[in-house]
Amino acid sequence: MDIKIDLEKCTGCAECIEVCPFEALVLVDGKPQVNEACTICGACAEVCDVGAISLPEMPKIKVDKGKTKDVWVCAEQRDGQLAQVVYELLGEARKLADALQQKVIAVLLGYRITSLAQELVKYGADKVYIIDHPLLKDFNESIYSSTLISLIRKSQPEVLLAGATARGRSVMPQISAALETGLTADCTGLAIDEKTGLLLQTRPAFGGNIMATIACPEKRPQMATVRPNVLPKPLTNSGRQGEIVDVHFNEENTKSHVQVIKFIKEIEDSIDLAEADVIVAGGRGLKEAKNFKLIKELAKLLGGAVGATRAVVDAGWVPANFQVGQTGKTVNPKLYIACGISGAIQHIVGMQSSKVIVAINNDPNAPIFNIATYGIVVDLFEVIPAMIKEIKRRREIHS
Amino acid sequence: MKFIVCLKQVPETESVKIDEKTGTLMRTGVKGITNPYDLYALEAALKLKEVYDGKIIAISMGPPQAEESLREAISYGADEAILLSDRLFAGADTLATSYTLAQVIRKIGNFDLVLCGKEAIDGNTAQVGPQLAQRLSLPYVAYVRKIGIEEGKIIVERALEDGSQTLVLPLPALVTVVKEIGEPRLPSIRGKMQAKKAHIPIWEAKDISAIPEKIGLTGSATRVIKIFSPPLREKRGIISGTVEEQAKKLLSHLQTQGILKSGN
Repeated sequence: MDIKIDLEKCTGCAECIEVCPFEALVLVDGKPQVNEACTICGACAEVCDVGAISLPEMPKIKVDKGKTKDVWVCAEQRDGQLAQVVYELLGEARKLADALQQKVIAVLLGYRITSLAQELVKYGADKVYIIDHPLLKDFNESIYSSTLISLIRKSQPEVLLAGATARGRSVMPQISAALETGLTADCTGLAIDEKTGLLLQTRPAFGGNIMATIACPEKRPQMATVRPNVLPKPLTNSGRQGEIVDVHFNEENTKSHVQVIKFIKEIEDSIDLAEADVIVAGGRGLKEAKNFKLIKELAKLLGGAVGATRAVVDAGWVPANFQVGQTGKTVNPKLYIACGISGAIQHIVGMQSSKVIVAINNDPNAPIFNIATYGIVVDLFEVIPAMIKEIKRRREIHS
Repeated sequence: MKFIVCLKQVPETESVKIDEKTGTLMRTGVKGITNPYDLYALEAALKLKEVYDGKIIAISMGPPQAEESLREAISYGADEAILLSDRLFAGADTLATSYTLAQVIRKIGNFDLVLCGKEAIDGNTAQVGPQLAQRLSLPYVAYVRKIGIEEGKIIVERALEDGSQTLVLPLPALVTVVKEIGEPRLPSIRGKMQAKKAHIPIWEAKDISAIPEKIGLTGSATRVIKIFSPPLREKRGIISGTVEEQAKKLLSHLQTQGILKSGN
């Protein structure tokens, strides 16, 4: 299963080697050769002017696709509250289902959560499956996944979506393995292909340096987790009608014996980085741990969350759950204010999909300015207090 | 106790740079490193081994050079390593990868705990760990930051968006770990020596009785349809003026763009 390179046609221009995102082509005796890293993405074939590269025929796996229908949304709730991303998923599912002329079905697991069903209908669900049971009170991937797997096996959805949250990203892979189907993680765009009716799933790869569109042609359901904060929240329609179905909880699903023995709600950092609209992040430029209070004050004023670089976390200034970037969190707020952050690639891959990036750094050559929407080249100890003062001043005028 | 740690060799991010003019990837001499999260998983296993004794087996699927990551694991203190390498494994998505690793783990057999990193820093899917747990029907918890063992059970702690949980799992089990589990130690001199001389067997598809339809590209359910550059970021430039002016201008810009509500 390799790409085929017609060495007769090949001119040795090496364009294909340049475009290969996987470093899967190397020049041997002036001609490209393919290695194990190849994923048959087709980037090389597309760029080849002389048509020397051809892709192998895709293996055909038979499924009875006629049987699957509807776009399902996992309606994640935390302590009886729907996660923000659920609204975004409902809006997107509505569009996909309309394109497919199918229904949007939300599936809601938890304990004493029945009241949330109407909310799901208002935002676009045609039908809501509710499984309400004390054993579903705390999130437990073993119980959640086996419950969902048996429901999905019975109903055979065409598409299954969940938020790319801690919960969604833990449960969805289990479902995909159980059903032997494909799953695309952390999508930032979904669409239905007009010709084939396939779900086109677009996601950033290599820390957002390239984008890949992925499909699952032969297996069902087509599964994706969707990054929070990317898709718009739909309008609510209180007149919408939907069917609400109570599904019996099967005790069989608890046989893995994984038990949650304690849950501590963390209120202090209640705005989670991955879902925050505004993030104020600090780096080494803050010089000392105690100066982080400046970052915290600005974040609080803007109703945002606090982020940090790896260097600052490793120095023990803030806990590890503040870390943005590789080995930390990937974030995409509307506004990211990077204070005293130079912009190492490991940090940038975690935040470059933020809508607006403000960089504050006294070094005009800091790489962070390459990706910043707005830059301020000045000592952060001067400009942040000035911002805090200005925000307070404007609030007073308005109040 | 028997611990199995799954490792992946990934391209080092430093060596992946973007051509600022064209926005495309520039790859100059891409170096392979061991996925940092997998080294956290190894560190967690090493800590458990110190207390509860036992053996750590490191496994990795990849091209022949992935052996480097396994030698690194031995230098840190892994007792054995197995490399899964076969042209037939090439082009695997997470579904096919988890099948392949599950076959290997079944063949190793008789284990207590499988440890994986939360995700790999190249694909960032975080899927292989949970898929592997499902395929092996193992009790499983993701994003673990603390592990303790107690009479055939493990007690783990992990963070979710809204708080932290403590969970109990019967063994054998599988966990994926995050950075808070602890930074990897330095390799010892003895470890380095052992890494150099260790024999690392290479298992191919036939060695793990893999069904050909379930491995590599054939066993993959997903297909990459298109690869493209993300839209270039909008740049509105450097804001000048006195510090007070800079602060005012910035806040006004953010308000006009609707990023901040007026009143800020």
